[in-house]
Amino acid sequence: MAIANNRLSAEAYEQHFSDIHPPFENREAALVEANRCLFCYDAPCIKSCPTSINVPKFIKQIATDNVKGAAHTIFLSNIMGGGCSKVCPVEKLCEGACVYNLMHETPIHIAKLQRYATDKALEGQWQLFTRKPATGKKVAVIGAGPAGLSCAHVLSREGIDVTIYEKEAKGGGLMTYGIAAYKVTPAYCEAEVDYITSLGGIQILYNQELGRDITLAALQQTYDAVYIGIGVGIARQLEIPGETLAGVTDAIGFIYDIRSKGYPAVPVGDKVAVIGLGMTAIDAATQAKRLGAKEVTIIYRRTQEEMPCTTAELDLAKLDGCQVQWLAAPKEIKGQNGQVSQLLCDVMQLSAPDASGRRSPIPTGNTFTLEVDMVIKAAGQTPFEMLVQQEQLAHRHGRILINEHCATNIPGVFAGGDCVNGGKEVVDAVQAGKDGAAAILKFLSIQ
Amino acid sequence: MADLTTNFLGIRSPNPFWLASAPPTDKLLNVQRALEAGWGGVVWKTLGAQIKNVSSRYSAVDYNNQRVMGFNNIELISDRPLELNLREIRECLRLFPDRAMIVSLMADNDRASWHEMIAKVEDTGAHGIELNFGCPHGMNERGMGSAVGQDPEIARMVVEWVMEKATIPVITKLTPNVHSVVPTGKAVVQAGTNALSLINTIQSVTGIDLDTLIPNPNVAGHSAFGGYCGPAVKPIALKMLTTISQDPVTSRVPVSGIGGISTWKDAAEFMLLGATSVQVCTAVMKYGFRIIEDLCEGLSNWMDEKGFATIYDFIGKSVPAITKWEALDINYHIIANINQDKCVHCGLCYIACEDTSHQSIALSYGKPYNTYTVKTEECVGCNLCKLVCPVEDCITMEEHRKGDEYLNWTEYQKRGLPLNDH
Repeated sequence: MAIANNRLSAEAYEQHFSDIHPPFENREAALVEANRCLFCYDAPCIKSCPTSINVPKFIKQIATDNVKGAAHTIFLSNIMGGGCSKVCPVEKLCEGACVYNLMHETPIHIAKLQRYATDKALEGQWQLFTRKPATGKKVAVIGAGPAGLSCAHVLSREGIDVTIYEKEAKGGGLMTYGIAAYKVTPAYCEAEVDYITSLGGIQILYNQELGRDITLAALQQTYDAVYIGIGVGIARQLEIPGETLAGVTDAIGFIYDIRSKGYPAVPVGDKVAVIGLGMTAIDAATQAKRLGAKEVTIIYRRTQEEMPCTTAELDLAKLDGCQVQWLAAPKEIKGQNGQVSQLLCDVMQLSAPDASGRRSPIPTGNTFTLEVDMVIKAAGQTPFEMLVQQEQLAHRHGRILINEHCATNIPGVFAGGDCVNGGKEVVDAVQAGKDGAAAILKFLSIQ
Repeated sequence: MADLTTNFLGIRSPNPFWLASAPPTDKLLNVQRALEAGWGGVVWKTLGAQIKNVSSRYSAVDYNNQRVMGFNNIELISDRPLELNLREIRECLRLFPDRAMIVSLMADNDRASWHEMIAKVEDTGAHGIELNFGCPHGMNERGMGSAVGQDPEIARMVVEWVMEKATIPVITKLTPNVHSVVPTGKAVVQAGTNALSLINTIQSVTGIDLDTLIPNPNVAGHSAFGGYCGPAVKPIALKMLTTISQDPVTSRVPVSGIGGISTWKDAAEFMLLGATSVQVCTAVMKYGFRIIEDLCEGLSNWMDEKGFATIYDFIGKSVPAITKWEALDINYHIIANINQDKCVHCGLCYIACEDTSHQSIALSYGKPYNTYTVKTEECVGCNLCKLVCPVEDCITMEEHRKGDEYLNWTEYQKRGLPLNDH
C-alpha cells in the first residue's frame, strides 16, 4: 500500500486522536485530588514552573470551591495555562518537583487540576481581568504564538493597544500547529486564542508575514514598540543523500498537515522511520501510528540516558507500538522510482565524555538497513536566519540576540520565545512574553 | 486474647461498646441488627411523652473533603408510641439476654410522670435507666433535657424523684452546655444516681448554605440550634470526662463515656480517662453497625500488646497524668530536630514557626528544594512544627532539660528566677 491517506474509519480516527489526558469527571474527583495537596511553602512546584504559577494557591482555591479564583491565579502567571495543562512535560516540571515524589507517593496531578479550573474559565467565558485606562500607546507584536499572545495580554491589561501580525490563518503558533492533536485539539487552541483576546485591546491580523507583508521598519513608524515572537520554523536538514525522495517529509510539516487538513487527508506510509527523539519526534511517531502506519521506528543517535524527550513521552510512543532504534544515525535514504524504499543507518557508539561531560555519538563503522516507505525528519528546527538577517536584527546562527531587557539591537524592538532561545516549551515562551511585556512597559515609562 | 467483658453496676455486656441513645436505637429492627453485629449493648432512644419531629433533621461539618467531621441534629426524643417501644424492648431482651439494655428517659417535669415511666420501663426487664438531662434542642424549650441538666438544683430534684422509685441502676447523662459539668454531676451523685454518662450534644449552628443564606439543617427556610457531636467534639468530651474523674464526689460512681468515639483508639482514650463503658452514635450513623468488629479487635490487640488482661486494668490510668498547669515542670525543655533524610522540603514547619510561633527554623534556599534546620537556641519546644509536618517521625522533639530538678511555677516565683528578656 506504501504511502496512503484515508486508511481508517471515522470512528477509528476519532478514537485514536481523542484526548489522552481526560479531565476530572466531576467536582468531587477534583476535590479529592485538590485536598491531597500539602500546600507547601515556597513550593518546589512553583519554582519548577517557568511561569511560576502559584500552584498551591490555585489548588487550595479549587478545594474551597473558589474555581474562579483558581483560574485567575493560573492566568495571572500564565495566560496559556489552559493549553499548558495539556501540553507541558509536567513530569519534568511542576509534578516532577512535587514533594510527594520524595515520599514515594504519586505526585499531585497538578496539570489535571489546572485543566479543571481553566476549562471552567473557558467554558464559562469568565472575564477575570480588566484593562487599565488607555495609555494612548500602541505596540505591534509579530507572531500570535505563546510568546506573542502572552506579551500582548500583559500589555493590553496595562492599557496599551496591541496589534498582532500572524503569518498563519489561526493564532496559537506551535500550540495550534506543532503539537499532537491528542494532546490539544485544534478547536481548543482556537478557543484559547479567542479567550485571550476577549480581554479587548488585542487585534490579530492574520496572513501577515514578516518580510513578505510587513517589515520591521514600517511597523516602527506606526507603533511605539515592536515585540518579535516569530518562533522557529524550518526543519533541520539531515544533509544525507536521498533527502529529496518522495516520502521524505519533516515532522513540523507532517504535524501541521494533521492539524490543518484533518486526519483522513494526511498520507502515511506502511513502514515509517522517524529521525530524532525530541517531543516533536514523539508527536510525529505516535501520530503516524495513529494514522494507520503498520510499523514506526524512531532512530536516535544516542541512548535513553541522553534522550531529549521525557520518559512519559517515550512510554507514550512505546504504548502506541513504536520501536526505538538506539545508537543509530541516518546515513542514506535509498529509493526506487523516486520513492523512499530503504533507510541506511550507521551504528553509533558514545565517545568518552568531553570537558563538559557530554558524550558524542560516533560511527562504529557498522551499518544496517531498514525497509521503509516514509521518513519523517524530526531532528530539530532551525531559526529564520535569512529573515532576521534581512530585517537587520543582530543574531547568532539565526537566533535573535537580546539583552537583559529583552531588547534587540534595534531600539524599540524587543524579542523573545523560540526565535531567541532556539526552541523550548510553550510555557517557556509564555514567560518570555511576560518578560518582554515588562521590558516594553519600562521602555514606554508605564511601569 | 484480652477479655473485653464489661460489668457496669452489675449490667453485663460482652464488650464495653454500647450504642448511645439516638436514632440507631429507636426500634427493634435497628437494635436487633446492631446486636447481631456484635454490639455489647444499647441505650434505647429516649422515651417520654410522644412527640412529633420535623424534616429535615441533620446537618454535618465536612473537613478537607472528609465527610462528617462533626454532626448535628434537631431530632427530638422517640416519636413512636410508648407502648410499642416497651413491647420491642421486652422482645429485644428476650432475643439478646447477654447484652446490656439501658432505656433513656425524659419524663415531664413532675414526680408522678417520672415514677410512672420508671415503672413501665422496669416492667420490661431492662437492666438500667439513663436520664436524658442533656438534649439541647427542642425538648429544652419545654423545660426538659438540657434545661434540667444546666441547673444543678433542678437536676438534683429530678434524680431524687427517680431514686425514690427506681430499683435498677440509674445513669444520669450530663449536658456539656455548661461552663463545667461538675456542679450538676455532683448534685446528681449526691441525689443518689448510680452512675454518670457524658457528654450529650453541644448546641451548634453547623453552617449556612451560601446560595440560599439559610443555616442548616433547613426546615422550610428556617433552622434551629442543633446538638453537635461526632469526631469534632471528642477533645471537649475528654476534658469534661477528666473533670468528672478527678472530682472527689463524681469520681465515686462509674461513667459511661460519650462524644465522637469512632475507633478503638478513641474508646481506649475515654477509658484511660475513667470511662467504664463507651457509647457510640455518629460513627455508626456514618458507616453502619459493622464498625463494631474493628472496635473490638483493635481494643483487644492493643490490650494484648500493653499487657492488659481486662478493661479494668487500664480504666482511669491516665487520669493522674492530667494536672493543673501550675504543677507542670518548667525545667523540662524539648527542642525540635528535623531529620534531613526524611524531610520532603514542604516548608510547612518553617512557615508555621516563622509566621505564628518563634522564628526558630532557618530556611536555606534551594531550587527547587529548600533546606530547613532548627535554630536550637530559639526553639521553645512548642510542638507546632512536628504537628504540621506531613512525614511521620521526620520532626522529633528531643529533651534538653534546663535543670535536673522538678521545678514548678510557684517554686520558680518563690525563688525569684528570671523571666524571658524577649
